[in-house]
Amino acid sequence: MGVEGIGASVVRKEDRRFITGQGRYVDDVKMVGMTYAHFIRSPHAHAKVKGIDSSEAVKMPGVVAVLTGQQIVDDKVGNLICGWAITSKDGSPMKMGAWPAMAPETVRFVGQAVAVVIAETKNQAKDAAEAVVVNYEELPAVPDIKAAIKPGAQQLHPEASGNVVYDWHLGDEAAVKEAFSKAANVVTLDLTNNRLVPNAMEPRAAIANYDQAEEHFTLYTTSQNPHVARLVLSAFYNIAPEHKLRVIAPDVGGGFGSKIYIYPEEMVALWASKKINRPVKWTGDRSEAFLTDAHGRDHVSKAEMAFDKDNKILGLRVKTHANFGAYMSLFSSAVPTYLYATLLSGQYVIPAIYAEVMGVYTNTTPVDAYRGAGRPEASYLLERMMETAARQLKVDPTELRKKNFITQFPYQTPVIMAYDIGDFHASLDAAMKAIDYAGFSARKAKAKADGKLRGIGVSCYIEACGIAPSKAVGSLGAGVGLWESAEIRVNPVGTIEVLTGSHSHGQGHETTFCQIIAERLGVPLSQVSIVHGDTDKVQFGMGTYGSRSIAVGGTAIVKAMEKVEAKAKKIAAHALEASESDIVIENGEFKVAGTDKSIALPMVALAAYTAHNLPEGMEPGLKETAFYDPTNFTFPAGAYICELEVDPGTGKTSFVNFVAADDFGRLINPMIVEGQVHGGLAQGIGQALLEGVVYDGTGQLVTASFMDYTMPRADDLPSFQLSHTTTLCPGNPLGVKGCGEAGAIGASAAVINAITDAIGNNKLEMPATPGRVWHAIHG
Amino acid sequence: MSTVKLTVNGRAVAVDVEDRTLLVQLLRENLNLTGTHVGCDTSQCGACVVHVDGRAVKSCTMLAGQAEGCNVTTIEGLAKGDELHPMQAAFRDNHGLQCGYCTPGMIMSAVDIVHRHGGNLDEETVRHELEGNICRCTGYHNIVKAVLDAASRMKVAQAAE
Repeated sequence: MGVEGIGASVVRKEDRRFITGQGRYVDDVKMVGMTYAHFIRSPHAHAKVKGIDSSEAVKMPGVVAVLTGQQIVDDKVGNLICGWAITSKDGSPMKMGAWPAMAPETVRFVGQAVAVVIAETKNQAKDAAEAVVVNYEELPAVPDIKAAIKPGAQQLHPEASGNVVYDWHLGDEAAVKEAFSKAANVVTLDLTNNRLVPNAMEPRAAIANYDQAEEHFTLYTTSQNPHVARLVLSAFYNIAPEHKLRVIAPDVGGGFGSKIYIYPEEMVALWASKKINRPVKWTGDRSEAFLTDAHGRDHVSKAEMAFDKDNKILGLRVKTHANFGAYMSLFSSAVPTYLYATLLSGQYVIPAIYAEVMGVYTNTTPVDAYRGAGRPEASYLLERMMETAARQLKVDPTELRKKNFITQFPYQTPVIMAYDIGDFHASLDAAMKAIDYAGFSARKAKAKADGKLRGIGVSCYIEACGIAPSKAVGSLGAGVGLWESAEIRVNPVGTIEVLTGSHSHGQGHETTFCQIIAERLGVPLSQVSIVHGDTDKVQFGMGTYGSRSIAVGGTAIVKAMEKVEAKAKKIAAHALEASESDIVIENGEFKVAGTDKSIALPMVALAAYTAHNLPEGMEPGLKETAFYDPTNFTFPAGAYICELEVDPGTGKTSFVNFVAADDFGRLINPMIVEGQVHGGLAQGIGQALLEGVVYDGTGQLVTASFMDYTMPRADDLPSFQLSHTTTLCPGNPLGVKGCGEAGAIGASAAVINAITDAIGNNKLEMPATPGRVWHAIHG
Repeated sequence: MSTVKLTVNGRAVAVDVEDRTLLVQLLRENLNLTGTHVGCDTSQCGACVVHVDGRAVKSCTMLAGQAEGCNVTTIEGLAKGDELHPMQAAFRDNHGLQCGYCTPGMIMSAVDIVHRHGGNLDEETVRHELEGNICRCTGYHNIVKAVLDAASRMKVAQAAE
């Protein structure tokens, strides 16, 4: 490893602009003649739109237009789509309710847009919005899963009888039945995975501009995947053909999944910019983020696990209800199915698994992938189950896990996944050592003497990243491929630009990806730059989510580099009159092995572009492209252990220690990897202790601001103690697995297991607020 | 409309704004100082923190008119030319930022924290003091490290002056 190559914790290249206030986010962009959009949103969870009177509003100062849902339907802008087709048990396709960008007839969640005011200033748009009168006829609302599936419940969509989107299953029901019939012990568990709001700190925003002469649109948007946005806007929403639409996602202030999707506001801004022939800017406020950003999680599950007399797992049966909200968001259908049930084997040998998932509509904000997406739900269920089982079977929870760990790889689970590699004993041992697991009982006794209830909780997670070979996901219903592209441009002076279809919105790609180049060529990071986030610059790409950027995007870069190096070696060999096979690359030079003959990269690059003396038949230039389709998921895994104290008088939880031992394969930049883990842990702990969406019985979102929805703050969290164990991923040349979501996937079970251990009561739901914990202690 | 006269990053400015204009709007929209961010609408997140007469203030919670005659420093005014403020350098060196959106407000709050506490900062105090700044990316771990690191750097810098 060089000082800036693979494995070096170099500080981030992108930081200087962020720490000096020079970052360029969507809302920082201004265009000549720009107008401002303000949406008029439904205050009702379920209602008919009987009429919209904008006659007073259009007369107000600065108002350019008031546009309604009926107009966008009349102009044939497409309805929002869900891009992953799931088939029910009975073979029927999932039931899609129509979702227009603004509602012409029926609103189905609080915050759904019915009209938009466009004005010269933001304040003028807001003022005029107050003067638009919408006449609603309220309908009964379905606020949660229980209400949705109740016989005779109010129907949301005519297409979905009983509010059921699909009734899906995975696994072998008969084998599970057989396993349970032989069980010495059966452990059951009912649990809820609480609904969360992603809350990236930058609210969503969009600026659309229509160039009438060229019939061309430009969209600046807060997106994790600008090319996917362009594809969907073009192919499904009829905004413009792809070559007439440029999508730019500049600096983006966090995503966590919520900025994968193409939202109504982006569609309306584009459509409106053509209608009024001026740029249209929309910047959401935090209240709009709470109401309209896709929420995460929201499962209710019942699980049963069968054990033999030696405490070996025989089978697992899971029944889950998943709340999709009022409409099917872009990738929502895949989250509680192929990203959830496929992970129900966890780190364990479970010979038989059967999962049933029923997805339902409710009059709430649509739900889609949020950091982890299905995998946190699987991990939480399984790891609470293991802890519950250990207590019921009266064995140490780490012993029960170790007894059932998968130790032979590759390992084919009964639920599709084929784990390529891992060492689950190593990570659990590392975490136990880090927290001094052996010394816990003495610490617990001491805490008891001080009037505190001390608990320890373990969570051994595995997840699936990269999101898989395109052919595999296609066969499971995905509407897109999940490869990634890279283009390497070596300029005539030897500097290098790496164009990637991945998108960085906090992950540090501008540094990590450069380190791959630095490692291979031995050039300084300052000589390399990363280009991303603009469909006019980068040919194509699938964006960043599912912890895929290094495993898939990074591998595409390696593949493109291999082509660049092969050509450069030919040029160098020609110049040095040596054999191509004797050329080695060191410290930015092409050397003839075993001699002092060499040529520096800039001279090779220059030769490629002057083309005065290239090998016979070689094309000029030094630029290569690669499209890389992964051969499998990658499988990061690890063990988290949380030690905490509960004050029995108040129910308040205080952290004593939180240790994480992760296996992400090879680390390119350990500093950045640790930062990703810290952030993920914070979101997992937030889910466990603080965060939870509350709707009232009429479908009003009660937790619609930072005053009401508890975000983790600095004094809610401990410092984390991290370590790494390593098994290199055999599926890609970098040996990497991905690290973006692990913390959020593994942390919540560790926290809840620790609290339930402390208080001696396993009946506890997330978020485990002091009130809930107090009641769990005192009844 | 009113004319508000104030000093921003050492430069005297006079800006015509609607009376309801917030200080953050004046900075971002009238002066194009877009380093100061807006992350919420309830004065909770702290992305908009600037210094007004040397004190950390949430600029979404102050009318532009209230800043009449004040000396305002934003994130753009913190470094001395190419030389980063020790807090900026500490955030970079400790990986105290990821998406960068909360970062300007974090840094401005953190500078104020160090000014008020001098060298007497520990992890618990920093965590408590940062309660008004929300970060969704870092889990605060490296932000806390950065603030403590900067506090010692600022002490050294002060001693050298």
